[in-house]
Amino acid sequence: MAAPKKSVAKETAQGNGADTPPEFTREQELSALRDMLLIRRFEEKAGQLYGMGAIGGFCHLYIGQEAIVVGMQMALKKGDQVITGYRDHGHMLATGMEAKGVMAELTGRHGGYSKGKGGSMHMFSKEKNFFGGHGIVGAQVSLGTGLAFANRYRGNDFVSLAYFGDGASNQGQVYESFNMAELWKLPVIYIIENNRYAMGTSVTRSSAQTDFSKRGISFNIPGEQVDGMDVRAVKAAGDRATAWCRAGKGPFILEMQTYRYRGHSMSDPAKYRTREEVDKVRHDSDPIEMVRNRLLEAKMSEQDLKAIDAEVREIVNAAADFAQHDPEPDAAELWTDVYR
Amino acid sequence: MPIQVLMPALSPTMEKGNLSKWLKKEGEAIKSGDVIAEIETDKATMEVEATDEGTLGKILIPEGTADVAVNTPIATILADGESAADAGKASAPAPAKQEAPAPVAEAKSAPAPKDETPAPQAAPAAPKAAAEPDPEVPAGTEMVTMTIRDALRDAMAEEMRRDPDVFLMGEEVAEYQGAYKVSQGLLQEFGARRVIDTPITEHGFAGIGVGAAMSGLKPIVEFMTFNFAMQAMDQIINSAAKTLYMSGGQMGCSIVFRGPNGAAARVAAQHSQDYSAWYSQVPGLKVVAPFSAADYKGLLKAAIRDPNPVIFLENEMLYGHSGEVPKLDDYVIPIGKARIVRSGGHVTIISWSNGMSYALKAADELAKEGIEAEVIDLRTLRPMDTDTLVASVKKTGRAVTVEEGWQQNGVGAEIAARLMEHAFDYLDAPVARVSGKDVPMPYAANLEKLALPSVAEVVEAAKAVLYR
Repeated sequence: MAAPKKSVAKETAQGNGADTPPEFTREQELSALRDMLLIRRFEEKAGQLYGMGAIGGFCHLYIGQEAIVVGMQMALKKGDQVITGYRDHGHMLATGMEAKGVMAELTGRHGGYSKGKGGSMHMFSKEKNFFGGHGIVGAQVSLGTGLAFANRYRGNDFVSLAYFGDGASNQGQVYESFNMAELWKLPVIYIIENNRYAMGTSVTRSSAQTDFSKRGISFNIPGEQVDGMDVRAVKAAGDRATAWCRAGKGPFILEMQTYRYRGHSMSDPAKYRTREEVDKVRHDSDPIEMVRNRLLEAKMSEQDLKAIDAEVREIVNAAADFAQHDPEPDAAELWTDVYR
Repeated sequence: MPIQVLMPALSPTMEKGNLSKWLKKEGEAIKSGDVIAEIETDKATMEVEATDEGTLGKILIPEGTADVAVNTPIATILADGESAADAGKASAPAPAKQEAPAPVAEAKSAPAPKDETPAPQAAPAAPKAAAEPDPEVPAGTEMVTMTIRDALRDAMAEEMRRDPDVFLMGEEVAEYQGAYKVSQGLLQEFGARRVIDTPITEHGFAGIGVGAAMSGLKPIVEFMTFNFAMQAMDQIINSAAKTLYMSGGQMGCSIVFRGPNGAAARVAAQHSQDYSAWYSQVPGLKVVAPFSAADYKGLLKAAIRDPNPVIFLENEMLYGHSGEVPKLDDYVIPIGKARIVRSGGHVTIISWSNGMSYALKAADELAKEGIEAEVIDLRTLRPMDTDTLVASVKKTGRAVTVEEGWQQNGVGAEIAARLMEHAFDYLDAPVARVSGKDVPMPYAANLEKLALPSVAEVVEAAKAVLYR
């Protein structure tokens, strides 16, 4: 799973070839662990609630990919924007949106981030600079490029993070956006979450070029392959990419090599891969276990780690409770927010 | 006999141009390919090349002549050693070489062929005498005559001066000064930061525009024509129109998508579609399609200020048409209000954009027969001003809709349904629809004319609902 970082840029920041990413401080390890655990437990709960019929429609879980959003968020500063596709719960929690509001949106309740009118795939937070939550594969890439355009227009040094998957990487508008982003030197990081399957189609069956870090070559956009299971590697790559963008050098591509443990959505029996394949990734390179093991090696007690787990479970349980008891949106909400 | 050189058509919609300069003198020898004159259109200055060899005989139109109609003889070329055999084809026109060939077959004498049913090229300018004063303009306001092209440009320039968050992006909007010269001068005034040439990638730049709008900027996204906006349809509908609702009101999108819509002239099926019905079906979008120069200006300013995504449908055939625009510091017309352009008590004719050309001419024809038509310019398709339509039909009891788009699920169908719902008891006849024919737009001049609505069809429909 973990491939060595490989830069395809002529000129990238230092860090190339360094197989071991810089160590985290104890505080960073704990923060990453807590944030990843929150996403993991939240998603497990969402899976349960879906099974109970409390969540409807589509529900795409982020389990296995947590290190990516958590690591990238550690490389950002306040004011940077985040936008993603429909596998978005993890991104929202990582940007600091409240578990209660996200879960209540999943259950279609008034207290959800979109008052119950968006659902799993369509949530936004102006306050947290989270721009969705988009249900059309690849649309967020152009939109995220537009966020970067606005940064450049305003002359600030904020960076826009556009997350998309290996599947979306084959959409035409991705390359239209790449072209304009490099042409206009827009501060956008294209984060390709390569979890090896676009729904049920493996990367090798859908992509002529499976090294996604190279997808920007014909536009002169530098790219790196990153071990997306190691939160430290993600953060280090994020630091390099944000520095590149803030220096006015244009866009940057990060291919995050990762794996989704669950099916594409709740209704996916995942017959396209073997149980063994999934188990092997979980056993060998789980992003949360990786941090936990490092903390244990560094003499952190099992008990302290369990306390973090308990705290996270409490947040998730409270969110689930709220999401099931909060009222549905008022019928009058049907007609609001069409125009302003 | 000398060969005639005709005023060339230099674009599909050109009707006339200025003969700005002769580069050859009478009596001078000419080879095929020589530049003999310069012609200025409302879009550009173009060179006229000779297609025949000989001597420049007589200059029929002196330089500096304005508004020379296409196909007017402008000079003669004398061939060497003419014989009797040549005389038979002598008067055959030799049109100068041109980018887009115009029909020359029967262009010998008349500058523009006259027909029973006028082609859209013959669309009248903004209504004048028959029009009621626009309620939004205070009495005594000075009026300035300007083209719709300039009205659009002025609207954008005024709004860009007023709000630094407004910018224009699209293909050829900056250095080229606009594919249809609508954005002329904007790059010079506002610079490349705010007037942005994009690559030919509608899907991508529409998405970038929407993303910038979600971040709080106010983009004007120009499509060279709305035919190309089909490439960007997903971003317009799924991202621009729906985000406010999907975010529970948190995040909206103040953006204008504008450009020419519908048929131009002889550009065939892929460049001639009317998207009025497509966009006006979508909640979350506002759709504006004006006809008069004043409305183009006032409504574009309103669209730019509107906090919602607005589809602003222009018409290429109208760009060069002039009309009176009130000279006011800030002339903004509210979106969503129809205008009664001509009052009458016998039948209501409802249209918008270039459809108004047929509607107004038909009203003139009907008046000759004692039928007083009330003509309503819808101006905005969404939200639709149903009240004005219903009030008129309560008076006349009869209605005809006129649109260039297709009939099935068209705007006319929607109007008919609303009149049935809200004015059923007042209708003395079923609503009649005049529309584009149910075929892709053909190229041939005669077929294109047949595919579009005509004045005769509007007259006929009005008489039909009057049972005359």
